[in-house]
Amino acid sequence: MTRKQRRLTIIGGGLAVLAVAAALVLNGLRDSIVFFSTPTMVAEKHVPPGRRFRLGGMVQPGSLARGDNLAVSFEVADGGATLAVAYQGILPDLFREGQGVVAEGVLQPDGVFKADTVLAKHDETYMPREVADALKKQGHWKDDYDKPAAAAKPDQIKPDQIKSGPVKAGPVSLRESAERAAQGVTQ
Amino acid sequence: MIAESGHYALVLALGLALIQSVVPLIGARLRDPALMNVARSAALAQLLFAGASFAALVTLHVTSDFSVANVFENSHSLKPMIYKITGVWGNHEGSMLLWVSILALFGGLVAAFGNNLPLSLRARVLSVQAWIASAFYLFILITSNPFARLVDVPPEGRDLNPVLQDIGLAVHPPMLYLGYVGFSISFSFAIAALLEGRIDAAWARWVRPWTLMAWIFLTLGIAMGSYWAYYELGWGGWWFWDPVENASLMPWLAGTALLHSALVMEKRNALKVWTILLSILTFSLSLLGTFLVRSGVLTSVHAFATDPTRGVFILLILCAFIGGSLALFAGRASSLKQGGLFAPISREGALVLNNLFLTTACATVFVGTLYPLALEVLTGEKISVGAPFFNLTFGPLFVPLLIAVPFGPLLAWKRGDLVAAAQRLLAAGAVALTAMALVWAWARGGSALAPIAIGLGVFVIGGAVSDLVERTGLFRLPVVTAMHRGKGLPRATWGAAFAHAGLGVALIGIVYETTWNSEYIGTLHPGDVRGIAGYQLTFDGMTQRQGANFNELVSSFTVNLDGRKLGVMTPSKRSFTTRGMATTEAALMTRGVSQLYISLGEATADGGVAVRVYHKPLVLLIWFGPVLMALGGMLSLSDRRLRVGAPRPARSVRGLQAAE
Repeated sequence: MTRKQRRLTIIGGGLAVLAVAAALVLNGLRDSIVFFSTPTMVAEKHVPPGRRFRLGGMVQPGSLARGDNLAVSFEVADGGATLAVAYQGILPDLFREGQGVVAEGVLQPDGVFKADTVLAKHDETYMPREVADALKKQGHWKDDYDKPAAAAKPDQIKPDQIKSGPVKAGPVSLRESAERAAQGVTQ
Repeated sequence: MIAESGHYALVLALGLALIQSVVPLIGARLRDPALMNVARSAALAQLLFAGASFAALVTLHVTSDFSVANVFENSHSLKPMIYKITGVWGNHEGSMLLWVSILALFGGLVAAFGNNLPLSLRARVLSVQAWIASAFYLFILITSNPFARLVDVPPEGRDLNPVLQDIGLAVHPPMLYLGYVGFSISFSFAIAALLEGRIDAAWARWVRPWTLMAWIFLTLGIAMGSYWAYYELGWGGWWFWDPVENASLMPWLAGTALLHSALVMEKRNALKVWTILLSILTFSLSLLGTFLVRSGVLTSVHAFATDPTRGVFILLILCAFIGGSLALFAGRASSLKQGGLFAPISREGALVLNNLFLTTACATVFVGTLYPLALEVLTGEKISVGAPFFNLTFGPLFVPLLIAVPFGPLLAWKRGDLVAAAQRLLAAGAVALTAMALVWAWARGGSALAPIAIGLGVFVIGGAVSDLVERTGLFRLPVVTAMHRGKGLPRATWGAAFAHAGLGVALIGIVYETTWNSEYIGTLHPGDVRGIAGYQLTFDGMTQRQGANFNELVSSFTVNLDGRKLGVMTPSKRSFTTRGMATTEAALMTRGVSQLYISLGEATADGGVAVRVYHKPLVLLIWFGPVLMALGGMLSLSDRRLRVGAPRPARSVRGLQAAE
C-alpha cells in the first residue's frame, strides 16, 4: 500500500464509523426521546393515547387512593387542569400529596394516564425542575412550593407514611440534592 | 480561629498559584533556570497551603463547630465520626475544596517526582497546572467560601442528607475526583508541549503514567458510585444514564482512548497531534462534568438563570480553558512534526480503531446528555433522553470495539497478520461459541441477543487468556518453562490482559443481570412465604430500633433454599431526626457472585409491608470487571523495567517514572 492509500483507508474508515454513529444518534433522537407535558398541555394538545410522555405537576391533595395489589391512583394538577393517573407498584420515598411529581407512561383511551414509572428526583425541598418551570410559566408558582415541609420528629413518622421507590439518580446527583436541602431548610 | 486560618491558607494558595502561573513561563522563555525552578517550590508550597485549608475544614466538621455555616448546614453533633469526616465533601463548598486540594496534590506530585523532566517542560506543565488551580481558588473564594461564619451560632447542625450517610460517600467522590482532576496533568502536559512547539515519544512516556493513574481512580470511582447507587437507592438499578453519571463516563471513555493513543505515540512516534487533542478533550470533559454537577444547570435551567454566580463562573472557566486550549491547538498543531503513517492492519491500526470507537461512543453520550439542555435553552421544549437512546446508540458502537479487543494485542507493530491473529484466537472463539450455545440452550430459546452478548464477553476474556498463553508458551512448552516465561513477561502485558478480561467480565455481568433477574413486588404479612428464583423467603415481622441519629423500622426475612436455612435478611426504613427524611436500607445476601436484594416500601395498616425482592444473578461481575481493569492498570503502573531504566523491548507499556 502506498502512503496515500493507507491514509485514505484510515480516513475512510473513520468517516464510515462517524456516519454510522450519526445515523444511530439521529434515529435514537427520533424514536426514544420522551417529551414532558403538564395536564394543561395534555388537554390543549390532545396527546393521542399510546404515545409515551412524562407528566408533571402537583399531586392533588386528597386524590390518592390505594387498591389491591399495590395499585394506586392519584390526580396530577397544574392549576389549569387535572389528569387521573393509575400506577401499580411502590411509590417513591418522597411521594406526597400536595407535592411535585413526574410520572412516565401513556394516556389510555379512557383518559387515564397509565404510569409505569413514578420519579422522585427531588427531596422535600425540591420540585422536579420540569414541574417548577412549567408551573412558573403558567403563573401558578407560589413561593411556598419552595419552602420545605417542617422537619418532622421521628416519632411522628408512622410506618404508613414511610414510603419508598425509585429515586432515579446517581449518588453524585444525590449529593446535589443534599445541597438543595441544605439551602432550603428553614427552622 | 481555625476557620479563618483555613480561609487565609486558601488565599495564600491562590497567591502562590498566581506566581506559579506566570514566573516559570517567563523563566522558560528566558531560559533562566532559577525562574523555572520557582514552579517546583511554588507547587509544593501550594500543596501545603491547600492541604492545610482542607485539614482546617475537616477539623471544623470533626469538632462540630456550628459557627461555620458549612458545618451547620451539613453536620450534626450526634452524627457518627466517619460521616462527620465524609460530610466535608458531601456539599458544594467542601467538594470544591476537595477538588482544588487534589489538583494541588497532583501539582505537588509532578513537582516532587518530575526530576527526570526537562526543566523547561516541567516549568510549563506546572504553570498550566497553576492556571487551572488559580481559576478554581478564585471560584471558591468568590462564590463558595466553605469557611463563612454565622453571626448567631446555632446550638445544633442540620445534619447531612441521610442518603449520603453511607460509607459510599467516603470512597466515591474522592476516587472520582482523583480521576477527574488527574487528567489535568495530561492536559497540562499537552498545553506545555504546544507552548514548547516540540513533542516526541518521550513526552508520551512521561504523560502515560499520570494518565494511567487518573484512569485507575476514575474506573474505580465510577464502579464504586454505581454499586453505591445499587444498594442505597433501594430498587436495584446500577446505571441510569443520568446526566451526572454520563458526566463521569465521558472523561472515562476519552481517557481510555488517550491511554491507548499515547501507547502508539510512545512506541511508534505517531498519532502525536491526535494524542494532544485527546489530552485536551479528556480534561475538557472532566471540566464539563464539574460544570454539569456544580452549576445547578441540571437541577433547573431556570435556577441557573436566576442565581447565576456559581454557574456562570464555572461556565466562564469552562469556556476559557476549553476555548483557549483548542485555539492554541488550532494555532500550533500544524507546527508539530508529524509522525509516520502505518499499515491499517497492525497494532497501531488496532489502537486507532479503538480510539475511533471510543471517541465516537463518547460523542453519542455527549449528544444524549447535552441535547435536552440545548433544546430547552433554545426552544423551551422539555424532553428527556433516557436509557433507550443510549442503548440504541452506545450499544451498537461498543459491539465492534469488543470484537476487536482480543485482536489488538495479538497484532504486531508496524505490520500485523490478521489471519495469524485469528488463528491464535480460534480457541477463544470456540469457547465463546460453546458458551453462546450453552446459554441459549439453558435459556430454552428466547432472545438470541443475550447469549450472543455473553458469548462476546467470553470471547474478550478468552482473547486475553490466549494472549497470555501464547506469550508464556503454556501447553506448548513444559509447565516449568511456561511459569518462568510468565514471570519474565512485562507486568504491563499482564496488566493489559487483566484490563481487557475485566471488560469481558463486566459485559457478562451486565447482560446476565439485565436479562435474567427476577423480581417480586407485593405486600407481605408476618408469616407469609414467597419464592423467588428457587429461594423461599419468610417474612418474620418488624421491630423498631434506635440508631445514633435515626430510628429505624427493621423487617426480618428468613431465607431458605431447598428447606435449608441460609440466613436472615433485615432491610429497614430509617427516619432521620433532624431532616425528617426517610431512607430505605436494602438488605443484600450474596451467593457466589449473585445476590438476593430486599428493600421495603410502605407499611400497611394491617401490619403488612410492601416489599421489592430481587434475585440478581451474576450481578457482582458488573463491578468485578472494573476492579479487574483497575488492577490491570496498577500492574502496568508497577512495570519494573521503568524503574531500572533497562532497554525497552518493543511490546512494553509504560508505567510510573520513579523518583531518582
